[in-house]
Amino acid sequence: MRREGSAFQGAGAVFIKELSDNISSVRMLMLELLIVLTALAALYEAIIALRQNTAEDPFLLLRLFTVDQAPLPSFVAILGFLIPLMAIGLGFDLINSEHNRRTLSRILAQPIYRDALLLGKYLAGLATIAISLTALWLMVIGLGLIFLGVPPGGEEIARSLVFLVIAIFYAGVWLSLAMLLSIVFRSPATAALVALGIWLFLTVLWPMLAPAFAQAIAPPDPRYAALGIDTPDTVIWTQLLQRFSPNDLFGEAMLAVLSPTTRTLGPVFLDQLRGAVMGAPLPFAQSVMIAWPQTVGLIACTIVLFVAGYVLFQRQEVRA
Amino acid sequence: MSGPQNEGVAASPDVVIAARDLTRRYGKSTVVDAINFNIAKGEVFGLLGPNGAGKTTTILMMLGLTEISAGRVSVLGFDPARAPLQVKRRVGYLPDAVGFYDHLTAVENLAYVAKLMGLSVAERSQRIVAALTRVRLLEVANKRVATYSRGMRQRLGLAEIIVKRAEIAILDEPTSGLDPQATLEFLDLIRELKAEGVTVLLSSHMLDQVQRVCDRVALFRDGRIVMMGSVAELAVQVLGAGFVVEVEAEGAGIARRLAAIPGVGNVETLAEDRFRMTAEHDVRPDAARAVVAANGALRRLSVDEPSLEAIYARYFQAAQSGGVRDAA
Repeated sequence: MRREGSAFQGAGAVFIKELSDNISSVRMLMLELLIVLTALAALYEAIIALRQNTAEDPFLLLRLFTVDQAPLPSFVAILGFLIPLMAIGLGFDLINSEHNRRTLSRILAQPIYRDALLLGKYLAGLATIAISLTALWLMVIGLGLIFLGVPPGGEEIARSLVFLVIAIFYAGVWLSLAMLLSIVFRSPATAALVALGIWLFLTVLWPMLAPAFAQAIAPPDPRYAALGIDTPDTVIWTQLLQRFSPNDLFGEAMLAVLSPTTRTLGPVFLDQLRGAVMGAPLPFAQSVMIAWPQTVGLIACTIVLFVAGYVLFQRQEVRA
Repeated sequence: MSGPQNEGVAASPDVVIAARDLTRRYGKSTVVDAINFNIAKGEVFGLLGPNGAGKTTTILMMLGLTEISAGRVSVLGFDPARAPLQVKRRVGYLPDAVGFYDHLTAVENLAYVAKLMGLSVAERSQRIVAALTRVRLLEVANKRVATYSRGMRQRLGLAEIIVKRAEIAILDEPTSGLDPQATLEFLDLIRELKAEGVTVLLSSHMLDQVQRVCDRVALFRDGRIVMMGSVAELAVQVLGAGFVVEVEAEGAGIARRLAAIPGVGNVETLAEDRFRMTAEHDVRPDAARAVVAANGALRRLSVDEPSLEAIYARYFQAAQSGGVRDAA
């Protein structure tokens, strides 16, 4: 049987209120400062490095995103690390704070469905991150214009826009996770700790654990070792396991989109490269195709986590 | 209780809330167990009972905020499980220990819920000012709610119901934690709502307050309504009589003479010269006559109106000792 009225009635009001709360909050200011300052440092190093060897690189602007100069990682790597932090910071108390402030039953007694509250809050969080990332993206292009003095080409803009979209979905994964935890755990502190634990595990520990597991599943063959190359099975397993981390998916998609010379993200046989002009950039559409599975993975992960939270929230008791 | 009425839920136009065998189970425990009641338009109805007796769960089922395990409830003719928006558009709810967004002002808080109600901008500001005036919060309307006292928050919650122009106001423990002055003010506001024709459903364990505003009460225990009716009716049911008359007099054989007065239930001898009797009506004139007739010296004669507190205490005392008669 259909329920009466629209599930989205009131979602707009929730969205606007949450967005204005997010943007004016001290928490958001701190997160933005953290990201902008770290990103600026990375960009500064990249600009210094690029100025020293202005070879005839056709994608100078994209190099701004990917060049890393020790000790700092590249701009994209920093974002891959900090976007989750930002999303968790916005999402860990999305629902449980309403419980704890005892506002939830009062709000749900208004003529809206729970869907509207959840969706409004989620989209407000995502919009907040999208606004910050867009500002950051504009900053990179602006700095590139000022310090490198090369106007970006159309393809560079297109590629960096794809970067922006994928980054927003990457944030969506972590925001969904944080929201799910804020529904499961009544205490915001617990939800934040669990979210940060998962974040540290997936970004720091998992890249180290995945090869270990891969070696256990497909032990390295001594014949390959004697030739000085990795066992293909082990490499494939390592990559497969690593892809369970959204961080890895984001990194791979960024590599494909921002480094146009990337032809593949996995191991290939030599005969598969026959006829390839090594070092030549791929067309834009081809790069997007390489990044597509990873992007879909991120989008799917966002949706699955959101749905899990949605189902739990619909069945949750509103009383404190 | 389940009789011919069982068929047409809210058959009478006057009945705004009708519950039929309303039940809520959590796993194996039954929190609300097949309760039945009708609430008429314009009535102030009290839900009484100890904490955990199922009052809040009943309220949440009426608002469609928790699932109904069995039975039916109809609010203004709508089924809250099927048409929650229709119900929530017409019913105002002030939860137990209501919370607001502390970083927003009273006006901003009300504006947010008014937006959720779907009111237009002009309508919103006009209704909010009117409501804040009525609950006497207009001077502090632009202060952050964080600075509000408990009593002010409760009044702000009531302002929300006024903004909604609710036909039914459901107030869950509205006066708990308020100081006596704030309680009195709040009860006055409830009476004002009633005067406007709003049906008020009130849950509380503050008995004397409930007595002061409620037309009828339902007494909850372990998820069941064990008694329902006006305070006077309950008094007759539980205390066996409505009036308690205390006599302080010296003389011989007064207790015997008092017991002989028609309408007197029983006479307790509290001290040598103090007697308490329960009666169906005010028997003070007869008691005075009886004392004088016995040549006694009458020192004091007082009557207690039936008090909900006494009913409540007596009922639960009796229930604990297992000697309660089924009041239903």
